[in-house]
Amino acid sequence: MSAPEASVQVSFKNRAKTALADRTLKIAIDRTTGTAEAKRAVAVAAFPEFQAARARGRAIKDHVIAHLDHYLEQFERNATASGATVHWASDDAEARAIITRICLDAKAKLVTRSKSMLGEEIGLPHALADAGIERVETDLAEHIIQLAGEAPSHIVWPAMHRTREQVAELFKIAHHPPPSADDPATMVQSARRELRAKFLGADIGISGSNFLVADTGATCTVTNEGNAELTTTPPRIHIVTAGIEKIVPTTAHALSLLRLLVRSATGGELTQYTTFHCGPKRPGDADGPEEMHIVLVDNGRTRMLDNEFREMLRCIRCGACMNHCVVYRQIGGHAYGGTYPGPMGSVLTPVLNGLAGSRDLPNACTMNGRCAEVCPVEIPIPTLLRAWRIRSWREKLEPGSLRVGIGIWAVLARRPGLYGLASRVGVRALRLFGKGGWIARLPLAGGWTAHRDLPRPAGRTFMEQYRAQQAHKGSRP
Amino acid sequence: MSGQPNPRVGLFVTCLVDAIRPSIGFSAIQLLEEAGCRVEVPQAQTCCGQPALNSGDEKDAAALARQTIAAFEGFDYIVLPSGSCAGTIVHGYPDLLAKDPVWAPRARILAARTHEITSFLVDVMGFRPKGRRLSATATYHDSCAGLRELGIAAQPRALLAEVAGLEMRGLEGNDVCCGFGGTFCVKYSDISNAIVTEKAEAIERTEADLLLAGDLGCLMNMAGKLNRRGARTRCFHTIEVLAGRADGPAIGEEG
Ligand code: SF4
Repeated sequence: MSAPEASVQVSFKNRAKTALADRTLKIAIDRTTGTAEAKRAVAVAAFPEFQAARARGRAIKDHVIAHLDHYLEQFERNATASGATVHWASDDAEARAIITRICLDAKAKLVTRSKSMLGEEIGLPHALADAGIERVETDLAEHIIQLAGEAPSHIVWPAMHRTREQVAELFKIAHHPPPSADDPATMVQSARRELRAKFLGADIGISGSNFLVADTGATCTVTNEGNAELTTTPPRIHIVTAGIEKIVPTTAHALSLLRLLVRSATGGELTQYTTFHCGPKRPGDADGPEEMHIVLVDNGRTRMLDNEFREMLRCIRCGACMNHCVVYRQIGGHAYGGTYPGPMGSVLTPVLNGLAGSRDLPNACTMNGRCAEVCPVEIPIPTLLRAWRIRSWREKLEPGSLRVGIGIWAVLARRPGLYGLASRVGVRALRLFGKGGWIARLPLAGGWTAHRDLPRPAGRTFMEQYRAQQAHKGSRP
Repeated sequence: MSGQPNPRVGLFVTCLVDAIRPSIGFSAIQLLEEAGCRVEVPQAQTCCGQPALNSGDEKDAAALARQTIAAFEGFDYIVLPSGSCAGTIVHGYPDLLAKDPVWAPRARILAARTHEITSFLVDVMGFRPKGRRLSATATYHDSCAGLRELGIAAQPRALLAEVAGLEMRGLEGNDVCCGFGGTFCVKYSDISNAIVTEKAEAIERTEADLLLAGDLGCLMNMAGKLNRRGARTRCFHTIEVLAGRADGPAIGEEG
């Protein structure tokens, strides 16, 4: 599918290593995830019904997933009745083809786009470039990474890997005239000036959608910058791209989920802009697009309906799991190598790109469970990562050294007598490598001793000492 | 509370404690006996199977689950000095054996009788240690599996509060993973190192004499990093302090 399969596996460890060595990246990650974590904690503490809301959010999603066909058909009927055209794309290639065809038919030269992870998932930026269409990203963070020629590193803050200082440098080169100062307000003003002309000159605006409302046929988009409204209203054509799991039965359900989404993502109570688009401009409307197209994308989602990863379809893309992930907070989003980073990405990337090229992702996790603890729709992420590990083991994708190691260990562990003997020999052998209480270097255990010392085991195993004690007790008169 | 004054407890010492730090096993026996339990250590125990389970090797994990169930199902309770291994028996085994008509019910029964030791002492036995004294400052790390799979947070703190002279200091990020993760720490050792470095820095900032936690794997990771950094913090399993053994060698000290 969209990303080249091998790239994820060959270099995950190397990408992680590079990221770990980048201290500026670490500062940027800590700033954003630290703030997000603190604000979410405050928002959740101030929302006494949070647990109940979570259970309801989960129930809404589970219900929709169980009746996906019903609600999608209802949505299509209502969206069509409102004047929109609904397209179905079974995979990323089909989605790209549909969107570029609409653009080429309309002879579009300039397309504005508001932030959408689905657009990234289907490789839309490249497809537009290949079709010779100028693309302008209107979300501030997307604007930054477009200037830098990068992919998003976070699903809520795509440019979170860059510090404010780095962004100032970027704007100085790319904006004409460059911003007069590098405080956030001046930089935002500068970006606004750059983008304003594009907003008004665009032929087509492309947005994502946070919710597809079945009973009205509306699509709902939320932002904090208002760029989505400027992307979707002035151009002649509005294209919405959305994953089919974004469906909800009614507006009330969308709002139930929105309460969870915003608190979990930014710690706010509501997004600054929450817009429902219901069909194109109607006679008498002051503004709005003449055509509205909604591209509903499957891209592996219906396959997830009946495999171990079904619960992942509940995801509302809040980003809380990555903000609270110890691994993400060390390596950032790009090291993951997929469209979606962090814990949710480690579940989704193997779905999208294949397990063979991404088996590192479900393995590069300590299974500490913090992601599941904060997930607003109670997705058991560690369980899903373990499901990938099970598949990877079954499909013999795990390295031979690990398979042999686990194999030998299991043979012993399944024979307590032999295991006891091996432990007794093992601890004595291990003691030979250390001085005092610690072992600083150990053959075959470089992964441990490269970074930390290993406590030297006691001279005899617990079982040996315990048995000696029992025998002693027994022999006493 | 159990209503059973002298339950028969099977102690699963865990493979790491068996090999690396027997003192934790003896602390467990001592505390359980003080709480009135009759403690036995079944000789057929080896490892709960986590290395296989976390590597995706369901077959070996299930074999070890069955072996452990058979070794322990005769006891009133099974107690472990590890939240992570206890979590494997409580949640992992019933999942792993869910489709096995013979073993699924046995896994569920064992799961219901399985407890991590500090929560067993407090929640089941209503136990508090008596007459313990230790003049020291200590900080406590909440190991992830115990905290999130079994809800262990208040129990170890309640027990430690009974130790006269022990001053507990808060640890920044006390509920954040230390980066151990079993085989994770060797498979992705650079990432693990970055995580445990932050943990060690937070521990050092407390300036506490002791670091306490309830899982030997996490303790070995943090103690090994602290030692490599030249920190003086002495590391013990919570129950070693509760059993009055903190005057003996800490992790990485020769006895
Ligand atoms: S998995 Fe949960 S926490 Fe992570 S982005 Fe999705 S909804 Fe948010």
